[in-house]
Amino acid sequence: MSEAGTGDDIIVSARGVGFNAGGRALVSEASLALVPGTTTILIGPNGAGKSTLLKLITGEAKPSSGEILIDGENLHAIPAWRLACQRAVMAQHARLVFPFSVYEVASLGVDGIGRALPRQRREALVGECLAAAGVLDLAARRYQTLSGGEQQRVQFARVLCQIEAGRSIASRQALFLDEPIASLDLCHQLALLDMARNIASRGVAVLIVLHDLNLAVTYADHLVVMDQGRIIAQGAPARTLDDALLRQVFKVNLSLGRAPSPGLPFLLPQQHRVSPAA
Amino acid sequence: MTLASPPVPALSAGLASLVAGRRRLAVFAVVGLALGCVLLALVAVGQGAIAIAPGRVAEILWARLTGDTALLDGRDVLVVMNIRLPRVLLGLLVGAGLAVSGALMQGLFRNPLADPGLVGVSAGAGLAAAATIVLGDRFLTGTLMKLPFAVLPFGAFCGGLISTLALYLIATRQGRTSVATMLLAGVALGALAGALTGLLAFISDDRQLRDLTFWSMGSLGGASWTKLSAIAPIIVPLLFAMPLLARGLNGLMLGEAEAYHLGIPVQRIKALAIVLVALAVGASVAAAGLIGFVGIVVPHLIRLAVGPDHRLLLPLSALGGAILLVAADIVARLIVAPAELPIGIVTAAIGAPFFLWLLLRRQGLIDV
Repeated sequence: MSEAGTGDDIIVSARGVGFNAGGRALVSEASLALVPGTTTILIGPNGAGKSTLLKLITGEAKPSSGEILIDGENLHAIPAWRLACQRAVMAQHARLVFPFSVYEVASLGVDGIGRALPRQRREALVGECLAAAGVLDLAARRYQTLSGGEQQRVQFARVLCQIEAGRSIASRQALFLDEPIASLDLCHQLALLDMARNIASRGVAVLIVLHDLNLAVTYADHLVVMDQGRIIAQGAPARTLDDALLRQVFKVNLSLGRAPSPGLPFLLPQQHRVSPAA
Repeated sequence: MTLASPPVPALSAGLASLVAGRRRLAVFAVVGLALGCVLLALVAVGQGAIAIAPGRVAEILWARLTGDTALLDGRDVLVVMNIRLPRVLLGLLVGAGLAVSGALMQGLFRNPLADPGLVGVSAGAGLAAAATIVLGDRFLTGTLMKLPFAVLPFGAFCGGLISTLALYLIATRQGRTSVATMLLAGVALGALAGALTGLLAFISDDRQLRDLTFWSMGSLGGASWTKLSAIAPIIVPLLFAMPLLARGLNGLMLGEAEAYHLGIPVQRIKALAIVLVALAVGASVAAAGLIGFVGIVVPHLIRLAVGPDHRLLLPLSALGGAILLVAADIVARLIVAPAELPIGIVTAAIGAPFFLWLLLRRQGLIDV
C-alpha cells in the first residue's frame, strides 16, 4: 500500500490533490488512501502543508486540482450531515466564546447526527465518551476554565461521540486528528494515541497529524511524510524513515536507532547536542 | 473503553444528576418566564390614566374570547380592547423579536457583544425612517398631510432590508460569509447611516426635528390593531424558526469548519438567520422606533441563568425580551405621568449600565 489505490477496502482516497492560495501551491499532487482498521500518521516540518491537506481531505477546503473520494463518492457531492456520519474531525485549535459546560461541548458530537437515537442512549454515549477521554469528572465544569490539555481531551470526547453516533448510520468511518496531543502531558499523549489505535482496531480509518517522530513511528501502521506541499514518502514506518530523509526534510543531522524487539526506528535528539552538525 | 456496549447502559450517578438538574432548570425557567410574561401583560393592560385591576382585564379578555357579551360594556372594555391591548401586544412582539434577533446575531458572529444595532441593520432602518420624516414631509406636504406617519413603517423596513443585503454582498465571497468582514462592514455602514441621519436632522425644520427625535428614542405609543397585523407576520416567522436554528447555532460555537464537520449546513443556517433578523428588526424599528439594548441585555441574562445552549436560549430570550419591553413601557408611562417617556430612554437607562457591568465582571463572558 504505497499509493492511492482503487481497492474496495479504501474509505478515503485523495488523488493528485493540489491546493493553491495567493499564487503559491500549498499542496500539490498529493495522493493518499485511508483504509479501515489502520492508523495513518502524517508528519512533516512546519509549513509542509499537513494541515492544508487535512482540510482538503475533510472537505473544509476545495482542492484546486485532483479529487477526493469517500467510499467512492466525490466528497463535495455528499451532504454535510451524511459526511458527518462517515467521518469526524478534531481540529488543532477549538476556542469557545460562550460558557458551555464540558458536557454540552461533548454532546455537540451527538446532537446533530445522533438525533435518531433515543435520549437516554445519547446521554449514556456522552458519558461513556467523556469517561473514555478521562474528563468525566470535569463534566459540569465550564469549558473555558479548563487548561489547554483538558480542553483538548474534551474535544477528543466530542469527536468520539460523533464517531459512535455515526456508527449507527454509516458502516465505514474515518477519524481525523490534527495534532491531537499538542498540549497533553506524556501520560495523556499515550492514552489518547492508544485510544485512537483502539478505534482503528474496530474498523475505523484513522489519520493523525503528529510532530513527535518517535510517537509517529510507534503508533503508525502507515507513515506519510510531507515536505513543501508534497508527499515525499509513505509506507510502513520502519521502511519509510531513514537518516537521509531526516536530513532532507527536517534539516537535522541525526541517525536513527533501532529498538530491539519490534525493530522500529527511534530518534535521540540528544545526539544533536553531543555531536553538532557533522 | 466499552463503547460498543448494550443499548441503554446506566449513566454514572454524577452525570445522571447533572443531566437531570439541567432539565429541571430548563423546565423551571420556561414555565417561570411564561407565567411572568402573562401576569405582567395583564398588569400592563390595566396600567394607565384609567386604572383597571388585572382581574378585570383577565375577565374582559376571557369574555371576548368566549363571546360572552354580558360583560362587554363600559368604558374600560373600550380602553382595553382599542388602546391598551394592542400596545401591550406590540410590546410583547417587538421585545421578543429584538431579543431573539440579538441572540441569533451573537450566535452567528460568535461574539457576545453582537447586536442588530451593531451590524447596521437598525441604523439603516433608522436612516430610511428619518428620510421619510424629513424629505417626505418636505416634498409631499401638499399631497398628504399625514404622509410621514403612513409611510414611516414601510420606509424603516426597507432601510433595514437594504442595509442587511448590502452587508451580505460586501461580506460574502464565493458563497461564504466572513463574520469578521461582516462585523466591520456593519460598523462602517452604521456610521455612514448615522452621518446621513445627522445630515437630515441638520436640514430639518423644528417640527420635523421633534418627530425625528421622538421616533429615534422609540415608543410603543402608536400601537393599533392595523400596525400589529402589519408587523406580526414579519416577526412571528422568526419565533417559529428558532428550533430550526438552535442546533446549528450550537455547532457554530465551535467555529464554521467544526460546525460543517458536525454535519451542520452552515451556509443555509447563516442565510436563514440573517434574513429573519433583517425582517424582524426592520419591522420592530418600523413599528416602535429605535429601541436599544434589548437584544444584548436579555440573551446575556438568560445565558447567566441557564447557559448558552441555543435550544433553551432562543425561546427564553423571546420570553425575556417580551417581559423587559412591556415592563419598560410600564415605567415609561408611569414615571412622568400623565406625560409619557420614550421607551428607548428607559431601555437605554437600564441597558447601558447593565452592559458596562457585564463588561466589568467579564470573567466567563468573553474568551479573550
